[in-house]
Amino acid sequence: MKYQSQKVAYAYFLVAMGLFGIQVLGGLLAGWVYISPNTLSELLPFHIIRMIHTNALIVWLLLGFFGAAYFLVPEEAEREIWSVKLAYLQLVILVVGTLGAVIGYVFRIHGGREFLEQPLWVKFGILVAAVIFLLNISMTVLAGRKTAITGVLLTGLWLLSLLWIFAFINPDNLSLDKMYWWFVIHLWVEGTWELVMAAILAFLMLKLTGVDREVVEKWLYVIVATALFSGILGTGHHFYWIGLPAYWQWTGSIFSAFEVVPFFAMMAFAFIMVWKGRRNHPNKAALLWALGSATVAFFGAGVWGFLHTFHGVNFYTHGTQITAAHGHLAFYGAYVAMNLAIITYAMPLLRGRAPYNQVLNMVSFWLMTGGMAFMTFVLTFAGTIQTHMQRIVGDYYMDVQDQLGLFYVMRFGAGIAVVLGAILFIYSQVVVRREVITPDTMPEPEGNVA
Amino acid sequence: MSEILTKSRARNIFYGGSMFFIVVFVLMTIHSHNYVVKVSTAGMPLSPEVILGKHVWERHSCINCHTLHGEGAYFAPELGNVMTRWGVLDNAEDAYITLDGWMAAQPSGIEGRRQMPHFEITPEEMRGLAEFLRWADQTDTQGWPPTDAG
Repeated sequence: MKYQSQKVAYAYFLVAMGLFGIQVLGGLLAGWVYISPNTLSELLPFHIIRMIHTNALIVWLLLGFFGAAYFLVPEEAEREIWSVKLAYLQLVILVVGTLGAVIGYVFRIHGGREFLEQPLWVKFGILVAAVIFLLNISMTVLAGRKTAITGVLLTGLWLLSLLWIFAFINPDNLSLDKMYWWFVIHLWVEGTWELVMAAILAFLMLKLTGVDREVVEKWLYVIVATALFSGILGTGHHFYWIGLPAYWQWTGSIFSAFEVVPFFAMMAFAFIMVWKGRRNHPNKAALLWALGSATVAFFGAGVWGFLHTFHGVNFYTHGTQITAAHGHLAFYGAYVAMNLAIITYAMPLLRGRAPYNQVLNMVSFWLMTGGMAFMTFVLTFAGTIQTHMQRIVGDYYMDVQDQLGLFYVMRFGAGIAVVLGAILFIYSQVVVRREVITPDTMPEPEGNVA
Repeated sequence: MSEILTKSRARNIFYGGSMFFIVVFVLMTIHSHNYVVKVSTAGMPLSPEVILGKHVWERHSCINCHTLHGEGAYFAPELGNVMTRWGVLDNAEDAYITLDGWMAAQPSGIEGRRQMPHFEITPEEMRGLAEFLRWADQTDTQGWPPTDAG
């Protein structure tokens, strides 16, 4: 840790990991309700559990991004953070808002637009926190060294905060409501968040591989250019069947087909940098998460998105378990794993301990990634059957669901693996101070050209 | 490649190209907004009842179990065409009676069946909800869903 104010990130990461735990436990409970539908059906019905699951996810990913920014911007700008107090104030606002929202949900106080169910005062709190954050980070960058990494990171964070304005716009016309709703949802996860993800990945590659900054930053610009060139008009793939003009079918199909490109580029970038890099960084777990994130994002967001993005296919698959499969692996690969990568990289520095081998952390990677992959496969099978029975044969929804029980049992099993992985990850970051594995009990690595 | 595509050129392509696509997107959005208001949802007036129904829909977070035009949670049936499925799309009174009867029967309490919670909804709100679902059903959704099963 070169700058004292980077310590702010530690608090952000701790809160993020806490919410991560709540998120996966909520997911596990929701998965259990699919198997045993009477569970808590009066006390904590499915729609409440799902709100907690999705909202906790969104907030902890944002907290991770904020923490990542507070960690990497001082190193990039070569400055202390403009105001450490404001950074903590921002965190307090977000924590109070999140706790208020979650407790409110349990007592049925919520809005009704998917993912944007937060009460109005929480939405304002998020806006205020975002403004504080942008002010704080922008002042830090403006006073210091300006790099492509901070430029892209700030562009992404500014744009995603501006798009939050649409969370307050809820037209009475349902089709308009849906169109503007996607301005937040799609342009976040398939636009501005990709900028944040690519910037964090570029920072990690710079640190872990030691490849020249010029090379890393040129890649970064190419990646984010392909992300926005495909992703902005790619919004059209959500506009097929909600009452919007037919021209979105071709616009959405063509441009969203290219949304696979930035994810392929990120994967290629990560592997080429590691291959070219001469640095043998001791934090192997961070490297594993960074490469894993780029790879799983390519499959989850890229390939699984491509699978049902053409309007001729989407006509049949829209709103089935295919969508659920894609959503789970995409979020995990692109945003969960990239957050865990920067946390894995930063925590040993923030806590002032050597990274050791972080064996527990690496085990958690394989548990979570294996679990998410299996979950995605079984939901894809379930979605294929559902698409055929419901969308082609025309069988009723619940009759079809009754045929999918086995897949939901397997999905729950996969969920257990993910939860165990998440708990192991948090344990390895927060509790473990020293691992018992000593270098002389390890086999000598071969072909190590350090 | 490294000589043709310098870092500053890559940066200019990123910022310039993004601005171009944002402008195109905004223009298409403006056209789409007008299309929704004047064409695809114009089949039935956006009455105070429909608007009340949308608020009822949101207050009870129906979207976190059901889908509406295919968007939402996948735990319960699609409701964008539920009035067609029930055969009451063209009759406001029948739509209200059918919906009210359905809601009154929830939760079923049957072991092993997904449970829809009981919601406190006044008769006026229930009429609004029925009108909202009829309004959504008559929206031109480019022929989606493929079957009445939703």
